[in-house]
Amino acid sequence: MLAMKKHSLFLLFALPITAAVMLFCVCVGSVAVPLGDTLTALWSGLTGVEGPGGAMESIILDVRLPRVLAAALVGASLSLCGACMQGLLRNPLADGSTLGVSSGASLGAAFAILIGFQLPGLPLTGTALMAMGFAFVSLVTILSLAFSLDRSLSTHTIILLGIVFAMLVSALLSLLIVFSGEKLRTITFWTMGSLSSVGYPGVALLSVSLAVSCALLLPQATALDAFALGEDTALHLGVSVRRVKLLVLATVSALIGVCVSVGGCIGFVGLVTPHMARLLVGPGHRRLLPASLFGGAWFLMLTDLASRALIPRVQLPIGAVTSIIGSALFVWIFARSSRKEAA
Amino acid sequence: MLEVSGLNAVLGNREVLRDIHFAISAGDWLMVAGPNGAGKSTLLRCLSGALPAAGTLRFEGRDLREMKPGERARLLGVMAQTHRTAYAYTVEEVVRLGRLARRNFWGTPDSGAEEALEDALRLTGLEALRRRSVLTLSGGEYQRCMLAQVLCQQPRLLLLDEPANHLDLSYQQQLYHLVDAWRQQEGRAVISVEHSLSAARRWGTHALLLSDGAQAAFGPVRQALTDARLCEVWGMDVPEWMRQQTEVWAEVWADECPR
Repeated sequence: MLAMKKHSLFLLFALPITAAVMLFCVCVGSVAVPLGDTLTALWSGLTGVEGPGGAMESIILDVRLPRVLAAALVGASLSLCGACMQGLLRNPLADGSTLGVSSGASLGAAFAILIGFQLPGLPLTGTALMAMGFAFVSLVTILSLAFSLDRSLSTHTIILLGIVFAMLVSALLSLLIVFSGEKLRTITFWTMGSLSSVGYPGVALLSVSLAVSCALLLPQATALDAFALGEDTALHLGVSVRRVKLLVLATVSALIGVCVSVGGCIGFVGLVTPHMARLLVGPGHRRLLPASLFGGAWFLMLTDLASRALIPRVQLPIGAVTSIIGSALFVWIFARSSRKEAA
Repeated sequence: MLEVSGLNAVLGNREVLRDIHFAISAGDWLMVAGPNGAGKSTLLRCLSGALPAAGTLRFEGRDLREMKPGERARLLGVMAQTHRTAYAYTVEEVVRLGRLARRNFWGTPDSGAEEALEDALRLTGLEALRRRSVLTLSGGEYQRCMLAQVLCQQPRLLLLDEPANHLDLSYQQQLYHLVDAWRQQEGRAVISVEHSLSAARRWGTHALLLSDGAQAAFGPVRQALTDARLCEVWGMDVPEWMRQQTEVWAEVWADECPR
């Protein structure tokens, strides 16, 4: 009963907490903006009523707000993907990148930067489009190969192929970097993730992708619980194993592709936040998926804030910050779970 | 109830089951016996739809392979030799998943879910452990948890793969009594893979003897499990071995068991 209350309380307060974290992240930065000015600027941006104008309003509406929104959406997306993959593959170390799709997307982005691929007049840059294209090709390659080797599409086959594919892509990326010359810095920055140049078109793309993915993934919560007990058990309980597996893998891959195309490679969010959400709401996916969405949004908004505010006038690559914080958190979660099981 | 004929199964390039044929009716308990690698668990996987198989597989006249997974799960309850989950689900959460195939479109549990859950927990003696994480259960407790899930499913036919595995003597006794009472209710039957020939002989109504993927015998348990067949299938003097097993206890059994 106490556990149920804890779960309900978490979800009840999730939206106000998200709003508060978002507001905090918009206010804080290399230039601190008072809360009152921030609220006035946001109100003027939302309603179209003329605000105070000036540099402050521009910083809030044109720079910080899209960046914070993008961080929330990318964090929520990566975390949702991680929670789904950990349940589907019955593997606590899985996340959206297990399939090798995010590696494929970063290869696409690096390739676009290297050849200078741009599409003038379109809101999305050539880099983003190329990343999404490569993510899709990666998914098709991995699933086709898995299907040709093992018609039941067993999770072991998918995990192994995903790991091998990610290693291959990493090697290709290293080769590209060797030939990148002066574009080395841009490519490296992309592979380490960055939300500094995300605008409203990117936010809109992320919002639509996340909404569609939620509509497809949230109804699979109970099936994912069955998968967490094993693929055969899921089948015996009445889950249409192949249909659910393909639906989840395809949706996760597309969403990861969009996230990488907008913000580059941001590691550890999809791995760590579902585990933290499990500590709060338990392993059942009906509560875990919404909790992971919120947890991922908070985690990435705060780590993005750390990446831009920790050292004055220096933007740290967000992927590096999430990896440092995420790895420490992961060790803590692991130690805590081990102690709990031993008790 | 279930009719199987000409069943063949292939794993990789190896034919693991050849021309299996048997039929069971409501009230039957078919014991599937045979040495390691004879194809017992593979047969159960074919019946449950986890492995593709050629031949006839009919449940009350309908091809099992043409049924949707949900429909099949409402008829067949399968307790396989499962690996554990990596997540801290409670016993109750795992048992409740037995109702998955009976949920409506919105994922709401059916009206009989709570009663089925309570019955399953009571019958398997798990009421006191319902809030415990399955990660903290012993092998036997986890086995009982999976049995409770299958009972909560309320199927017509139970497929059990070595159900007494990991169970202590007391729970073995409870399990066999429980399954025996379950299958005697109207329209129900059981197929179980069994390593203990004594249990197969004691509780089974019918037996299917497998040897290297082929059917060595099928029929009422006393006719299928004859001395000659057992010796032939295991390639050893089975009656003598079983005699030796019981002789070591003869002295102890002479005394009355304290209760």
